Amino acid sequence: MTVERGHALELLRQMVLIRRFEEKAAELYMLGKIRGFLHLYIGEEAVAVGAMQAFMPEDAIVATYREHGQALARGIPAGSLMAEMYGKANGCSRGRGGSMHFFDVSRRFYGGYAIVGGGMPIAVGLALADTLQGRRRVTACFFGDGAVDEGEFHESLNLAALWKLPVLFLCENNLYAMGTALARHQSQTDVRLKAAAYSLSADAVDGMDVLAVESATRRAAEAVRRGEGPYLLEVRTYRFRAHSTADPELYRTKEEVEQWKTRDPIALFAARLREWGLLSDADLTAIEAAVGREIEAAVAVAEAGPWEPVEDLLRDVYTPRTP
Amino acid sequence: MKTTYREAVRSALSEALRSDARVFLMGEDVGRYGGAFAVSRGLLEEFGPERVRDTPLSESTFVGAGIGAALGGMRPIVEVMTVNFSLLALDQIVNNAATLRHMSGGQLSVPLVVRMATGGGRQLAAQHSHSLEGWYAHIPGIMVLTPATPADARGMLLAALREPDPVFIFEHATLYPTEGEVDESAGPAEIGRAAVRRPGEHVTLITYGGSLPKTLQAADLLAVEGIDAEVIDLRSLRPLDTPTLLASIARTHRALIVDEGWRMCSFAAEVSAQLMEGGFYDLDGPVARVCSAEVPMPYAKHMEDAALPQPASIVATVHEMLRRHG
Repeated sequence: MTVERGHALELLRQMVLIRRFEEKAAELYMLGKIRGFLHLYIGEEAVAVGAMQAFMPEDAIVATYREHGQALARGIPAGSLMAEMYGKANGCSRGRGGSMHFFDVSRRFYGGYAIVGGGMPIAVGLALADTLQGRRRVTACFFGDGAVDEGEFHESLNLAALWKLPVLFLCENNLYAMGTALARHQSQTDVRLKAAAYSLSADAVDGMDVLAVESATRRAAEAVRRGEGPYLLEVRTYRFRAHSTADPELYRTKEEVEQWKTRDPIALFAARLREWGLLSDADLTAIEAAVGREIEAAVAVAEAGPWEPVEDLLRDVYTPRTP
Repeated sequence: MKTTYREAVRSALSEALRSDARVFLMGEDVGRYGGAFAVSRGLLEEFGPERVRDTPLSESTFVGAGIGAALGGMRPIVEVMTVNFSLLALDQIVNNAATLRHMSGGQLSVPLVVRMATGGGRQLAAQHSHSLEGWYAHIPGIMVLTPATPADARGMLLAALREPDPVFIFEHATLYPTEGEVDESAGPAEIGRAAVRRPGEHVTLITYGGSLPKTLQAADLLAVEGIDAEVIDLRSLRPLDTPTLLASIARTHRALIVDEGWRMCSFAAEVSAQLMEGGFYDLDGPVARVCSAEVPMPYAKHMEDAALPQPASIVATVHEMLRRHG
């Protein structure tokens, strides 16, 4: 596999940005700046960054409650996301959603959905709207292996395939539905095989290899864009941190986590780029420095952001009526 | 023109499909079958399978797809055959349709119309006889309409399609064959305004949907005895037209609410609370309720009749109110 240097460094930069953003979020959570649930993406960066390369600005993204990585990879400014987690009015959802509910319609980022599987029918509907309006767009639907247990997974794959809708179903299989290991919640642990029951094209890819994720997603997205109907792409990855800030991690061993950390997607990619002569120590230092400044600026945006006035509590429960 | 409730809904569907390219209808058996209640009969032939879409039996996903299509610029009308099946779509309704606008900080709106049949009275037993519109009215972010006449069945559907937010329309299944005057040239109905269906002086009977005909019958029976009942049709449960109710009890000083939902935590309980909050000093006695009995709906006709509000139980309750607080 070969890769152009500029593109490679950009992939690396985005993964480092997500990693440092998440580390900062964890730190700010401990300080009480961020509250509620916080589901960190550390370990899964190659999935969002690799996959997002395949989507155009006019494509739609539907994500889950663990969506910081997708949001950053889609280009939503880190400050807007950090402010959202602070609950500030300059957050991407005006502070109404927090960590689990990022929205940015200008980037066709249609949200983090916090009921497992709940975003999948929404993605099917977005794709239906594109089809009915004759637009050649793809809707990317991210979900985890836990969602495969839900009826909405099966209903959505079936409906999208039945109506040949342009949805790329992207399963981020991190091997745990919260604390329940895949083999303890699925009778068939090869998620990709589920597609056969609904006549979808499907593929599976190593989610720790950003280039593999990118090329598999590009192939899938191109097929969807050509009008070949929906596609299921299973991306096999691992979450290094706890499920959320409330998780004592009683369900997996430290050895298992350490074993997976040897396949850290950022370290793997950096090593490979060095091997290919595309990355120097100076490059990496420069990336880390730039990301560090970006995170610092994001925190400043969040700190300086205003609180939504309490008088606006009921604003936008319904669309304001123009008399 | 005299027409049935069923034909009035169909006329609104047809008009909407003709006049707005963004409108499409989807749901179980809405196409080839013509709708479980024959509401959409002929629409597939007229508008084609792109715009009249038969869905799999996947309530959660076709309601969610309606939300997604609305986000994508369409004006979907989703038919969930009956309220009983809508329970399978509650996640999409409560967690998505109702929240997306607010939770996105006003970036999204969900111009979705969901229609479903509701109610009992057809000997369909405990799983096919629910009246759960009161549950739905509990949820901020959506609107809940309960047309009781053919004119409203048509006008409210047209009105719902103009709303930028999700609207749920509950069509009581016993109303489909009922007839009434419908002005085909009339535009959308006004949402959020109750209607006085029968003016009266002695007591206000407040109801909606499938209980309206029963309540009007009760008012006729009371009139024979010289009791002049006012009958108010709520038409819309959320938003609720409280001022019209308060204006009525300011004149009659007595209120009885007729609601096919179970009495405990019923929509009638909400109306009763609002009358107490806003009209306590106008009342000559406690607000009364006639609701369904606290029982899963039985199949046998005499038992089902006993479980549901009936003209006789409405009349008896008015007698009791007048006896105790006349």
